[in-house]
Amino acid sequence: MNRKSLAYPYLIWAAIFIVVPLLLIVYFSFFEGGQFTLQNYEKFLEDYYIKALFRSIQLALTSTIICLVAAYPLAMILSGKQMSNKQVILLLVVLPMWMNSLLRTYAWASLLENNGVINSMLQALQLPTIKFLYGNSAVVFGMVYNFFPFMVLPIYNVLCKIDHSIVEASYDLGADKVTTFRKVILPLSMPGVITGIVMVFMPALTTFLITRLLGGGKVMLIGNIIEEQFTRTRDLAFGSAVSMILMVIVLITLTFMSKKDSLDKGGGLF
Amino acid sequence: MRENKLQKDYIIDLKNISKTFDDAEVLKDINMYIRRNEFLTLLGPSGCGKTTLLRIIGGFEEASNGQVFFEGKDIASLPPYKRKINTVFQKYALFPHMNVEENIAFGLQIKKLEKSLIKKKVKEMLELVNLKGFEKRSVDSLSGGQQQRIAIARALVNEPEVLLLDEPLGALDLKLRKGMQLELKRIQQKIGITFIYVTHDQEEALTMSDTIAVMNEGKVQQIGTPVDIYNEPKNAFIADFIGESNILPGTMIKDYLVCFHQTDFECVDAGFGENAPIDVVVRPEDIQIVDKEKGMLKGKVESVTFKGVHYEMLITTGEYTWTVHSTAMSQVGQVVGMVITPADIHIMKRR
Repeated sequence: MNRKSLAYPYLIWAAIFIVVPLLLIVYFSFFEGGQFTLQNYEKFLEDYYIKALFRSIQLALTSTIICLVAAYPLAMILSGKQMSNKQVILLLVVLPMWMNSLLRTYAWASLLENNGVINSMLQALQLPTIKFLYGNSAVVFGMVYNFFPFMVLPIYNVLCKIDHSIVEASYDLGADKVTTFRKVILPLSMPGVITGIVMVFMPALTTFLITRLLGGGKVMLIGNIIEEQFTRTRDLAFGSAVSMILMVIVLITLTFMSKKDSLDKGGGLF
Repeated sequence: MRENKLQKDYIIDLKNISKTFDDAEVLKDINMYIRRNEFLTLLGPSGCGKTTLLRIIGGFEEASNGQVFFEGKDIASLPPYKRKINTVFQKYALFPHMNVEENIAFGLQIKKLEKSLIKKKVKEMLELVNLKGFEKRSVDSLSGGQQQRIAIARALVNEPEVLLLDEPLGALDLKLRKGMQLELKRIQQKIGITFIYVTHDQEEALTMSDTIAVMNEGKVQQIGTPVDIYNEPKNAFIADFIGESNILPGTMIKDYLVCFHQTDFECVDAGFGENAPIDVVVRPEDIQIVDKEKGMLKGKVESVTFKGVHYEMLITTGEYTWTVHSTAMSQVGQVVGMVITPADIHIMKRR
């Protein structure tokens, strides 16, 4: 048996579980009773859905930016050689990933509820309570919390791989710390940054779980709309059309990012 | 020995430098000066502290104790980017995200020089290192030797007073290394600045240097010209490290007369005192093979190895096995005589 034939089982698996469903979705979205139609896509142009799409992109972008701004300094500190307990901190960053995200998001919901743990404590201390839940900011918080490790790890990995003598060479040639960061460290870490952006933006764009638990049905994102079509209203055709639209957006983003990645000569994700 | 010239001739003056990492003492009270425009080599086995000393001069490491004077000013607290010193790193450390031109221009851009001037200087540098027209090449398309030249150009374009080179030829093959040795020497003479060169290769040090500082176990063992170091090694470590040597214990009977191998020899050294214990160094190429009756010493040839230019023979006299280099071959088992002329006997103080 040659090496190639080892791949056949996977090809068959991929055909049955990836290609066929995908084709079905395409079919469902374009055909109604055997008749070609664009009516499902036209329906998406309604204000309600377009708003949901833009809200999705906006929230996903916001949480990606927050993750990036918070993760880069952390990754930088962790990759520094003077850090002695970095393994512990790294473990703390990664640890939540080993738990089910549904569980973790539930936990946050009960912590942040109007009469949840935090507000009860505030009440006990005679302080005014805060309304955390059911809004855009709670959803963004959930996204940042859930996807933060996916931003830290790739940046950390790339920073660790930068040869320290390259940084020293920059100092040697007259660059101070800020200039060295700007001209050497940041450009060399771009592959990790791009991987991190993709790994946070994609799941944040498509999530419906975080919105449901922390948005309380008030924040409708594109993921929730798809979920609704398949589970509640049973409008498979429209659900498929929205899925297609989301898929196209994801593909465009990926292509854009991978092009940027190859420009930076990074050994990136794709 | 090199004569002490005027203080203002020193570009770098190291005073009582010591360095400890955790508990290991890497440098122990180093005192030395480096003259303007000289090619000085820090030579020693790995772990002798030579790279650490270079890094202290470059500003990448801080001395635990002592001062570094640069043109008379203490620069111990200056960060590397404020020193008029540039470095060629062991693994070149070129910026992988920049092409050749951007790499060389890096330092000049930070100084905010005019674009056209930068372009001109980069071009001149590429000419100096014989890589004309390489401006737009990417760094990873270059061979090791070419990357090395770019690293040198990138450092020199900043017109430093001192260039530090940390085993820059270590990764190159023998032939390329020999070529680059001459090339480096040519560049140094052409631009006329101070080179401080770190290597563990004694031949490299002898070929290129004006001055060699031999280091071992965190101390400078001897400083001198290559000829001094080779011909008048100060102790057994240096004699052994620089070239091959026969080292025997002996006694200095009086000036110009030394006894070793239970034989009295005339020599050219004086001033050790009477009946002083000393070590004697005889270089393998300084021993002449003669008929057994005519020799000062008699020995049996144990082995003969062809080394290209010469034969290397091990000749045992029973008491000591001599290493001898000769262009004429003797037969294994043959008994031969050996002659050592007074000028070829080097006396060192016993440590």
